[in-house]
Amino acid sequence: MSTPAAAQMSEARSSSGFRFAMLLPGALVTFLLILFALGLVLFLAFRGNDGSLLGSGFGLANFAAVVFDPLYWTVTLRSLVIAALVTLATVVTAYPVAYYLAFYAGRRRGLLLFLVTLPFWTSYLLRVFAWKIVLAYNGVLNSALIESGIWSQPTLAFLNTPAAVVVTLAHAYAPFAILPIYVALETIPKSLIEAASDLGARPFTSFRRVVLPNSMPGVLAAALVVFVPTVGDYVTPAMVGGPASTMIGTLIQSQFGKANDWPFGAALSVCVMLVILVVVLVARGADRRFGSRT
Amino acid sequence: MKVARFTAKPDGRWLGLYVLAYLVFLYLPILLIPLFSFNDSIQAAFPLQGFTLQWYATLYGNSALSGALLNSLVIGVIAATGATLCGITVSYMDLYGRSPLAATISAIARLPILIPGVIVGISLLILINLVGLGPSRIAIVLGHILVALPTTVVVMRSRFAAIPKTVREAALDLGASDWTTFRRVMLPLSLPAVLSAFMLAFLISFDEFIVVFFLAGTQPTLPLYIWSQLRFPRSLPTVMALGTMILAVSFIIAGTAEILRHRGLGAVRRTLANPA
Repeated sequence: MSTPAAAQMSEARSSSGFRFAMLLPGALVTFLLILFALGLVLFLAFRGNDGSLLGSGFGLANFAAVVFDPLYWTVTLRSLVIAALVTLATVVTAYPVAYYLAFYAGRRRGLLLFLVTLPFWTSYLLRVFAWKIVLAYNGVLNSALIESGIWSQPTLAFLNTPAAVVVTLAHAYAPFAILPIYVALETIPKSLIEAASDLGARPFTSFRRVVLPNSMPGVLAAALVVFVPTVGDYVTPAMVGGPASTMIGTLIQSQFGKANDWPFGAALSVCVMLVILVVVLVARGADRRFGSRT
Repeated sequence: MKVARFTAKPDGRWLGLYVLAYLVFLYLPILLIPLFSFNDSIQAAFPLQGFTLQWYATLYGNSALSGALLNSLVIGVIAATGATLCGITVSYMDLYGRSPLAATISAIARLPILIPGVIVGISLLILINLVGLGPSRIAIVLGHILVALPTTVVVMRSRFAAIPKTVREAALDLGASDWTTFRRVMLPLSLPAVLSAFMLAFLISFDEFIVVFFLAGTQPTLPLYIWSQLRFPRSLPTVMALGTMILAVSFIIAGTAEILRHRGLGAVRRTLANPA
């Protein structure tokens, strides 16, 4: 008698059961492992270090230490400069590759796209390790230069310098930059470029006035995905950077290791996240200025 | 193609050469690892000293190494399963759930891209200590689910979005419940992407170092084992032999995942066009 209503009800129940089951795994991971865990970092950043897990008291002492100690300014500034250089180098060198992929690659596009993204799926540790053997005192570069007669003495100048960190990071994160720029170039309406050339724009003018501004959302996305992991990196400075290349990630890592001051490490982490937030907001503002199509 | 001709400038060939040089820059340092893993010398330096397999021989019978390998494999499979499950459900609900909650979850799931690994690591370290778990394999699994999540969400989302809307609507119109539509229609159509997401998540976990550094207890994973060996100059050739094998496995898995990611959709479209 009441079959339709019952069917409807059971369907509604199964539908809400379905929704619950499908939302549960994502909700657990995102709310607990991401938001709650980040909330813990924020909370801990305001606590004092008394050796216990969550510290004690509540105040701005950790942040004051970050702000008033010139050491942290030096390290933060160095991290920002290194990350900015890496981002700049990565994006500038990746742009022509993405440009080629979008406009010239033709049938080879699929293969080339695969080749430029493949290193992304190899071990980051191994990519950094490769640079260590390249730059070492009795390493690949020195021995190759001597072997080819360019130099007679091996030099210490390669390894344990901030420059080594920049080169290694730029290589390690190179595959990150190409894809966003390629996608942005690829989605530029072809009619736009045709119109520019029909209206008499020379190739370079058409590139500067049409293609480049329209690809800026991709460039900004690429800059962001390179900047974020590099600014917080601690592996590369440890492997090829030497003591003069300590970065903010190194300091955070040591607070949770040897230095054993978790609240202070949390405060440093909050500072890094604030820097990233500022960078994201600037990028988003710039994105809007360029009239994002996404 | 027409556009390519439009913008075809004389520098097209130069650009091609540049791309070639870029690929050399990308691959040359990585390929030095296999090159010197066969070199009969402790030093990774020129000139090459002759071919040897002795560094590969040192890998066998190393119990610390095989323990780390087993650990990495187990953690990789569990974390990839978790990350793929989350990637499927999060992206499916984001696309078809029509709820702000689903959209929020999907947005947060992609947030780890904007968090440096060191902060992901320490935030989870605090969390696992708070719940009394401590550094352990479960902690590593949780960390790797998080690190792989943006990838699985992006892979699954683009796959679900590529399935013509009419397929899902037809299933619902014919009386299939949400669950049946998902399990019998949408999921089978996305199976290659599911496999691809799983393999990529496994690779991410298998190679991951930055986060696992904070979460490992007494049982290291393979990258942690490598890290511990880097302190000893004498073990560098062994690390290179191990690294070569890891690189080979990574290339094979990533290549297979890439093929799977593009496979199958063409078949779906063809079947829809001529359902004979």
